[in-house]
Amino acid sequence: MTFETPEGPVHAVKDVSLRIERGTTLGLVGESGCGKSTLGRAILRLLPENARISGSVIFNGQDLSTLPAKAMRDLRGRNIAMIFQDPMTRLDPLMKIRDHFIETIRAHDPTVDVDGAVERAKKVLADVRVPSDRLGMYPHELSGGMRQRIMIALCLLFNPALLIADEPTTALDVILEAQILQLLQSIMHEYNMAVLLITHNLGLVAEFADQVAVMYAGIIAEEGATVPLFREPRHPYTQGLLRSVIDLETQTLYSVPGSPPNLLGESIGCPFYARCEKRMDVCKSVFPEIRLVGEDRRKVACHLY
Amino acid sequence: MAGWFARGRISVVGRLMGSFLQKSRTIAGVIVWIGIAIVLAIILMAMLAPFIAPFDPNTKVANPETAPGGPFLMGTDRSGQDVLSRIIWGARVPLAIIAVATTMSLVIGLPIGLLSGFVGGRLDRILVLVMDSIYAFPGLLLAIVVAAIIGRGILNISFAIAVVYIPTYFRVIRNHVASVKQEPYVEAAMALGMPRRRVIGRYVLPNVAQSIPVIFSVNAADSVLTEAGLTFLGLGLPPGIPDWGFDISLNWQRFDAVWWATFYPGLFILILTTALTFIGEGLNDILNPLLRKKEYKSVAEA
Repeated sequence: MTFETPEGPVHAVKDVSLRIERGTTLGLVGESGCGKSTLGRAILRLLPENARISGSVIFNGQDLSTLPAKAMRDLRGRNIAMIFQDPMTRLDPLMKIRDHFIETIRAHDPTVDVDGAVERAKKVLADVRVPSDRLGMYPHELSGGMRQRIMIALCLLFNPALLIADEPTTALDVILEAQILQLLQSIMHEYNMAVLLITHNLGLVAEFADQVAVMYAGIIAEEGATVPLFREPRHPYTQGLLRSVIDLETQTLYSVPGSPPNLLGESIGCPFYARCEKRMDVCKSVFPEIRLVGEDRRKVACHLY
Repeated sequence: MAGWFARGRISVVGRLMGSFLQKSRTIAGVIVWIGIAIVLAIILMAMLAPFIAPFDPNTKVANPETAPGGPFLMGTDRSGQDVLSRIIWGARVPLAIIAVATTMSLVIGLPIGLLSGFVGGRLDRILVLVMDSIYAFPGLLLAIVVAAIIGRGILNISFAIAVVYIPTYFRVIRNHVASVKQEPYVEAAMALGMPRRRVIGRYVLPNVAQSIPVIFSVNAADSVLTEAGLTFLGLGLPPGIPDWGFDISLNWQRFDAVWWATFYPGLFILILTTALTFIGEGLNDILNPLLRKKEYKSVAEA
């Protein structure tokens, strides 16, 4: 996954391989700018024109990276849907909520008439616990939490197999955050979806994800089942991340020293090299391939193992 | 189309009307109302020409170059035709041409601007280049060239004028679309599988629609002058049709002695242009979000 820029190619995401099964949540964590959101958009091919993707995105046995544009478009919203970080600005301010539903339904299924579309809208709104009288309102009349629920409802219209949630609660307060995530969880089971939860919040991942992938500078540093990964992090970056949570006993906050590398141009060696506390000579020159480590055969990209 | 309105899409128009009516008592609002009143009066005058014109505009009704007074309120011209009657009848042509020309440039400039702004890339660069080179031409000169190529007649001259104003729509709409395109709701619509055409028509267009009334009236004002210029040069219409610009060209050489035959048609060109400019500038104050923000700021500071 490479961006062509005037300064040269930026390798935003590299060597990423993820699997998500229906009815489970994969948490994708990492700090700002590590490529989490880019990865989410790459799945839906929503990236700007200067983006180049190599490799494949396999969805239900179909390679999305080679799919014709029209088929890809139909798949968005129908088979794979995405919700975003900023629900306040994700609905067209000039359109009533009702029209958002009508437009979305008719984009995929022009035979549905307005009444039929409204009926379907009411059904999914009930699933996200939004009263159906909100249909007649404009987005600015609704709160952020309500708008995010409506975004989720729009995603549910066609019962997608995969829901990509790109920091769905970052713009919301803590109480709403919990509500929205619980809602996502129950809907995931109800609709038997797979959820890719992209976030920088480790607490959310610990609570809601079945699998976790830790991303750093465009690569997956470590991936495995949530509980063992949190209990025994293996990649030094994961270890650093998990220590970067405030400790109430000592009131100190650890932070991983340094900042992420510039992804412009070609790089060799481990991208975490400069910040790693356990770096070795080999890390400087050899890119760490993913290997299966330990009894739980967790994927770790580190030369330590 | 019916469905379009049925689903509340009229809200675009409604919203524009709403913000206009809200502001109708401010200075900008009053200016718009004055402009509308004058334009409506001139339209009414043109429509009622057969009933209110005192004489036939193409008949010699008195001695040539009779001074204003008596039955000839504005005098007669060098052919002895009544100036007032010619002005009343002569409103029809400019109005028709302005209406057709500005509509034509809207109908052509708007979709190209939408497409160019939304698609971007090479198509955008080419279109911007083409439009900018048209824009760089002096408007009247370009209209003369086009009119000379396609010949006389109301439709032809309308087209010649439309060509001049297409780039105005294109530039404003294209730039506005390029910024609306970046709005998160556009990406969200794409992520929900909305086809590009639908995104442009249903999400982008209503959000840029507020620019249209402003460009429309400003262009209309300008095209009055272009039309008068073309007919003055004799490039516009077949002879025999009363037209303000044409009448000026018939009489201007005798301006010193027979000022009324030139002055009154010129005055009406001025009035119509000013009225349309009032509408455009007033609407701009009301609908232009940048100016509006300033207003909010000054309210907040006060």
